[in-house]
Amino acid sequence: MQAVFTTDVLVIGGGLAGERCAIEAATDGHDVVLLSLVPPRRSHSCAAQGGMQAALANCVKGAGDNPTVHFLDTVKGSDWGADQEVVRIFVDQAPIAVRELAHFGVPWTRVRPGKNSYFIKGERVDISEPAEKVGLLMHRDFGGTAKWRTCYAAAGTGHAVLYAVDGEVVRLGVSVRDRMEAIALIHEDRRCWGAVVRCLRTGKLSTFLAKATVIATGGYGRIYGQYTTNATINEGMGAAIALDTGVVPLANMEAVQFHPTGLMPSGILVTEGCRGDGGHLLDKHLHRFMVDLEPEKQELASRDVVCRHMMEVIRDGRGVETPYGPHLWLDLRHLGEQHLTTKLREVYEICTEFLGINPVHDLVPVRPTQHYSMGGVRVNKDGQAYGMTGLFAVGEASCWDMHGFNRLGGNSLAETIVAGRVIGRRVAQFARANELDVSTALAVRYQRQQQKRIAGWLARTRSGPSVYAIRDAIAETMIRKVGIFRTGSELEQAVEELSKQLRLVDQATLRAKSPGMNPELTFALRLRGFARLALVTAVSALARTESRGAHARTDYPARDDAHWLSRTLARWPQDAKEPVLSYEPVGLIDLPPGHRGYGKVESVDMTDSVEEYNACVETAWRRQGALEPVEPIGASMQWGSWRAAEAETEQRRRA
Amino acid sequence: MIEPRHEASGRKLRFEIFRYNPVDPSSHPHMDTFELGETPYMTLFIALHRIREEQDPSLQFDFSCRSAVCGSCGLLINGRPGLACHTRTADLPDTIRLHPLPVFKLIGDLSVDTGSWFRQMAQRVESWIHEKVPFDPKAQEARMDDDLARAIYEGERCIECGCCVASCGVANVRPQFVGPAGMNRIARFMMDPRDERTDSEWFDVVSSDEGVFGCVGLMACHDICPKGLPLLEVYAYLRRKMLAKVMTPLAREAEPSKRQSSKM
Ligand SMILES: Cc1cc2nc3c(=O)[nH]c(=O)nc-3n(C[C@H](O)[C@H](O)[C@H](O)COP(=O)(O)OP(=O)(O)OC[C@H]3O[C@@H](n4cnc5c(N)ncnc54)[C@H](O)[C@@H]3O)c2cc1C
Ligand code: FES
Repeated sequence: MQAVFTTDVLVIGGGLAGERCAIEAATDGHDVVLLSLVPPRRSHSCAAQGGMQAALANCVKGAGDNPTVHFLDTVKGSDWGADQEVVRIFVDQAPIAVRELAHFGVPWTRVRPGKNSYFIKGERVDISEPAEKVGLLMHRDFGGTAKWRTCYAAAGTGHAVLYAVDGEVVRLGVSVRDRMEAIALIHEDRRCWGAVVRCLRTGKLSTFLAKATVIATGGYGRIYGQYTTNATINEGMGAAIALDTGVVPLANMEAVQFHPTGLMPSGILVTEGCRGDGGHLLDKHLHRFMVDLEPEKQELASRDVVCRHMMEVIRDGRGVETPYGPHLWLDLRHLGEQHLTTKLREVYEICTEFLGINPVHDLVPVRPTQHYSMGGVRVNKDGQAYGMTGLFAVGEASCWDMHGFNRLGGNSLAETIVAGRVIGRRVAQFARANELDVSTALAVRYQRQQQKRIAGWLARTRSGPSVYAIRDAIAETMIRKVGIFRTGSELEQAVEELSKQLRLVDQATLRAKSPGMNPELTFALRLRGFARLALVTAVSALARTESRGAHARTDYPARDDAHWLSRTLARWPQDAKEPVLSYEPVGLIDLPPGHRGYGKVESVDMTDSVEEYNACVETAWRRQGALEPVEPIGASMQWGSWRAAEAETEQRRRA
Repeated sequence: MIEPRHEASGRKLRFEIFRYNPVDPSSHPHMDTFELGETPYMTLFIALHRIREEQDPSLQFDFSCRSAVCGSCGLLINGRPGLACHTRTADLPDTIRLHPLPVFKLIGDLSVDTGSWFRQMAQRVESWIHEKVPFDPKAQEARMDDDLARAIYEGERCIECGCCVASCGVANVRPQFVGPAGMNRIARFMMDPRDERTDSEWFDVVSSDEGVFGCVGLMACHDICPKGLPLLEVYAYLRRKMLAKVMTPLAREAEPSKRQSSKM
């Protein structure tokens, strides 16, 4: 029997982005089904510790902040790869979204009256917070921002926010189906109608048909194996099933962010808050190298800059050698027991519980680790996937594109909520304007295809490689050759190795044939998509012969705005052996490309004028399959507003 | 100079693991034994993956964050509930017995359905802010004292791993009992001035045998909680509140003032 369910809106993913989007659709009166690999509260969003950026300017070190300063930081941070209109939408909505979370019950840390002690650039500084701000949302410092802007809930922002948002989801009666994995999108004539879903309790297949389908499946850090801060479930299947359609492109897959402080040896993240609160990075001689390399921002320069300096130091032989490879030290000792066991308690617990060390007295072994996927399903500003009506994407799984080639800390949690609200509203409008006009025969056909794929895996008898061996080979290639520093020759080898692993997927055999969810089969069904994501990342990185944000080519060290002020789009046409790349303009430019204020300075200037560049954006996007947004492109721009903000920030910096 | 510890013991660890696949008619509950050489920094997360990938690919268990924040990996470890991902083998004897958590529905082997249990609990205690006023997107946020925010965050720290529920004598025999995690959740919302529910509205949920007075005071939950939540204090807080309600009928009349005074 074929189980076919129908709903208005199908949200694939129960992290913050998916849940916030579901709230919006459910509030508008739609039936919403939300699928997740795990109970939503166990989604990876719960692991974010640091916080969420919103320009509220509530504390002394945030004085003078406003959405435009946030806009400047975000566009510069993106190394001009972001869509500046999307950034504008984001920065304007972030304060509202964060306040709404307070309304949902998030116990945000608040401004405390009178004298407060902070660590700034390693120094203890006493600042008196003015009485009129007392009790408002407090901010902390995060890398790459001109102001203290990151709102936080003690040491567990993602957890607190996810629980509050999930509370709303339960209140609204959204039909949450956990341990349910979308394994294929159902589509016909460039219209998406839902997904084929496999139950991770029983292994049974069903189909969910919907007017609107939303991919909110998070990042895909696991293509870097153990060298990632991401949860084990972050295998990128949302992006993979979008790629499988053959028409929906993934964008900027080469833009992969590494985090400076992944704990050795497991990759567990030690939050950026550690550097924000005054933690130091030391080499094996216990020398604070960031002071020499970035005198202005020191440990607080943006992530890609810090990571690159760390890798340089390790390459210079100044890393601490261990059987797991070299690492550096994170020194938190001077922050004191009180600070470490309250404001940074989660970090304190990670060190004591997982390594058996105490950061009050011991140095913490860290090294850069994959952390965030800027790339993802390419969508327009309303969250609609290119080339496919009825399909939306939101959160880390998407490339909406407010992060460009480097996301700022605290901007992605904020993205999940802001985009969840903005795109959720568009999803609701779409579901209102459209009927579920699809035959169940289509659903049955797609379900049969998947049934056949599963039967194929179970029937293979020759003794091929194990699915885990292929996974590990992919991860090794990714971290070695598609890591922080990249060169053409290594990337060519990577493409070759990954292509080979992709071919091997068809020969892999299962050893477990037990009925039910069968964990080995569950992973096997992901393996081809997993290998494709890795290959798309390597191919995109090889093609981009410049360095921008997190994409650092040692053979092309300059940012090249003459040729590469563009977004990579990768499609995988049906039956093709490899992905096909094309490019589109990043978006309308208001803030022209310049120096980020930290990191490398080398760059090649644009040859077109900004006006010439902007004139081509809309047609170029349409040619790539961008759907028409509800409001015209450019409607949310606030042209030139950055000038005043830049002048003001500069003035304050001087004073 | 500080060096990381590499406690490669050379120990051979013996894992005795509960096995049962409810969807397989030929499966029956039993224990399987696996051997594994101990490696530095080994946790049960590392060990179980190695067993699955090297020895028995059908073995079912749950992990997600592998950093003790998502609550996926509760198990009985030598009879005691705990999070597998932050249990280091160095702290365990040579023989390690693993069972799925009791109380929850078994999915297979070590995997149990905590998600449905917690969702049903969330529905019962209405685990969301019952708002006093609708959200105004143009308004500044309502103020809150930072000490209160921290206190609420303390209660919010529960990761719903189910270890306390599994350790609870009452929850094991009375399915309707909201359990320590449920009590903690109630206390979290009771102390939140943004929530309009009054003590008397809470009374029915809290003061029955399915609530705080169902607890027989063994308090294993308090010792077991992997996040170190002060469940003893939570129970004392709820009991105090409820007793005050029973003993001073006047409190009921004084109630409306709570709403006003907590407007900050
Ligand atoms: C350790 C860590 C710390 C971080 N700290 C911060 C921070 O301090 N500030 C900040 O701004 N950002 C931070 N980030 C980034 C941020 O947490 C993530 O980008 C964000 O939470 C992603 O949310 P999401 O909703 O897009 O995806 P996720 O939270 O990853 O949710 C994905 C959901 O999709 C589901 N899913 C996946 N595939 C399928 C499928 N095939 N079928 C059905 N369901 C599926 C999963 O079950 C899950 O529910 C951090 C990231 C990490 C790794
Ligand atoms: S895997 Fe998340 S708590 Fe253990």
